[in-house]
Amino acid sequence: METLWFILVALMLAAYVILDGFDLGAGAIHLFVARSNLERRAILRAVGPVWDGNEVWLLAAGGTLYFAFPLLYASSFSGFYLPLIMVLWLLMMRGIGIEFRNHVEGALWAQFYDVMFSVSSLLLAVFFGAALGNVIRGVPLNAEGYFFEPLWTNFRVDRNPGILDWYTVLTGVVALVVLAAHGACYIALKTEGELSVRARGLARRLWWGVAGLTVVSLIATLAVRPAMLDNYRNYAAGAVFPLAVFASLALMAYYLSRERDKAAFVSSSVYIGCMLAGAAFGLYPYVLPATTEPAYSLTVHNTKAAAHGLSVGIVWWILGMVLALGYFTFLYRLFRGKVKVSAEGHGY
Amino acid sequence: MDDALAVDRFQFAFTVTFHYLFPQLTMGLALLLVVLKTLALKTNDESYNHAARFWARIFGITFAIGVVTGIPMEFQFGTNWAKFSHFAGGVIGQTLAMEGMFAFFLESAFLGLFLYGEKLLGRVGHWVAAFMVFLGSWLSGYFIIATDAWMQHPVGYTVAADGTVHLESFWKLLLNPWAGWQYAHNMSGSVITASFVMMAVGAFYLLGRKHAGQGRIYVRVGVIAACVFSILQLFPTGDQQGKMVALHQPVTLAAMEALFETRDGAPMVIIGQPNMAELKLDNPIMVPKALSFLTYQRWDARVHGLNEFPRDLWPDNIPLLYFSYHIMVGLGTLFIAITVVAAVLLWRGKLFESRWMLWVLMLSFPFPYIANTAGWMTAEIGRQPWLVYGLMRTEEGISPTVSAGNAIFTLLGFMGMYMLLGMLFLFLIWRQIQQGPAVIEEPRKAGAVA
Repeated sequence: METLWFILVALMLAAYVILDGFDLGAGAIHLFVARSNLERRAILRAVGPVWDGNEVWLLAAGGTLYFAFPLLYASSFSGFYLPLIMVLWLLMMRGIGIEFRNHVEGALWAQFYDVMFSVSSLLLAVFFGAALGNVIRGVPLNAEGYFFEPLWTNFRVDRNPGILDWYTVLTGVVALVVLAAHGACYIALKTEGELSVRARGLARRLWWGVAGLTVVSLIATLAVRPAMLDNYRNYAAGAVFPLAVFASLALMAYYLSRERDKAAFVSSSVYIGCMLAGAAFGLYPYVLPATTEPAYSLTVHNTKAAAHGLSVGIVWWILGMVLALGYFTFLYRLFRGKVKVSAEGHGY
Repeated sequence: MDDALAVDRFQFAFTVTFHYLFPQLTMGLALLLVVLKTLALKTNDESYNHAARFWARIFGITFAIGVVTGIPMEFQFGTNWAKFSHFAGGVIGQTLAMEGMFAFFLESAFLGLFLYGEKLLGRVGHWVAAFMVFLGSWLSGYFIIATDAWMQHPVGYTVAADGTVHLESFWKLLLNPWAGWQYAHNMSGSVITASFVMMAVGAFYLLGRKHAGQGRIYVRVGVIAACVFSILQLFPTGDQQGKMVALHQPVTLAAMEALFETRDGAPMVIIGQPNMAELKLDNPIMVPKALSFLTYQRWDARVHGLNEFPRDLWPDNIPLLYFSYHIMVGLGTLFIAITVVAAVLLWRGKLFESRWMLWVLMLSFPFPYIANTAGWMTAEIGRQPWLVYGLMRTEEGISPTVSAGNAIFTLLGFMGMYMLLGMLFLFLIWRQIQQGPAVIEEPRKAGAVA
């Protein structure tokens, strides 16, 4: 049962990264790729109706994590106290940046919110990458299953690491580049004219970074945590994840060169999903490895909630998910197609 | 505030109080938007659609701030209250996760449709979108109330060998009797806030002699809703909620009323300051026997005083609890008086000419915010010293590894951030009110907010 919940939480987090990932990525490159006020409004128009719904995946995944693995929620949220609270502040600034930019006419007002939207999106991408890096590298858990990490210590990977060390900085950069490319694909898909062309060009250039960093981060991960290979050795079927990562990466390059934006965006989504699935597969059954004593590590088994709650949860989880997928299919279908922003009115 | 417990408590109290200033408007407004959209459909009067568009813009701005200040609430259960989360996650994790799955997805998806999709959806489709936003936000409210109700009156759980609680009955958790009345009372309070805000804006337009047609709609809808819900707020919801407290938290009831000694025929205090050094009320003015009657329907019923309970079970800030409760009740009474008079004037067709009454309506919108906040303070300070009533004391719930220094850092950050958010909110709302409903015929371009 806990294995099933591990998969469900991982799926929800992957859905969050793929969905909110494109609007985070779009935000991160907002200032570079969109030059005029009209183009910037087009980007906001493309993320406007969906970003809030995308962010709900984070909340829903958090809530599911809370009820299925209470100790993991308690331990990780208090241990990652500082970066999590900063994530909250960044999420606030970003939400405000998107929502309030066009409430007041004026170049200064718009510039302020553009920068706020872009900088907070960029930093969030880095934070999320660093968070995943922390989970893979492990944290200094004590015997009760709690820890506290300062923002940084000596930037080395050892018994008492900080949130940031060379490895988590690397994963942060990987996340930024991957999501920026993902966002560029989305902008290319959802806008038209020069903006779309420029976004596609940026996606092509970022692709090289994505490909290079995929290899580098793979090597670094195996160096930091050789145990990631254990599951792959025991279950050969796991090889499907790394294979799919490279296949989708190749397809992304192909479709980008053919200007097939939708296929490129889907490839990028598959790539992100498989990267995360590969990491989750390698981690299982660990959910938060300890750098202190291996026995202190948190696993799905020692953090799970009681059986009855988990069984009841399956019923409403499936019901809720069917409903949610229904709403989102409807929403995305209704707002499908390219956004059009004229100097005066509004799109759609 | 050099110990982590005090900072953790203050941070949660501060962030949740600030947060709830926004949902109490949007939840109530969601209902009023459905009312306006229904009137538009039924009467074919386009002015109701203008009204709905104007209030949708107010709704959108408020909702955005409500969303961004709401995320920290769920996070803080883990960041600052880790021991509590570990202890209770198996039970209240259910309701919190269900809020995400059933309410947030619904709300966020249909809000996008409601704000951006009026042309695409058509008249009936847009009404459905408004209704779904209402449904989502009210469901969200229920799951949060059910979570709080479990902390106030835990049901449907067993205590496991490791000391944490496990879910025993899903339906008992979801249908906690405490939750039912608390929800009704809270949602009614939310409609009161929204309808007071609506009639204040309407009165502002009528007094300023601009957008008079729209102003009359706001005042009419606002006064009727405010009158109905102000009465529901007292009876039956407030009354039943009080009886729940008397039944399950008698020490809290004694502290709310500052009843230091057990009495037959206990009076209800109107004015008086709790004197904790001498355990008495200074300069009290009381209604004899009223507390006994309201609690037990008998004038001579015995009400338990604080003297019957050991001191370590008393709420730890009795004066604040006492004043919160009395402010809530006093304002609630005032709302009934104001709205009944306004409703009578409306009934007799004199309200729009009664400038003095319009002044009263315009100036009274802050008070429901105060009353709702005071009500929540009554509930949560009244729960002390427990985090989960009878099961876990507040000091046992905090994160073991988060120091006071780190907590103060984030508390100050939240305060600075929320001050800016608050100023931005007031500025944008003021602009919307000044621009008025008729200036723009449809929701403004991008970012008219999701």
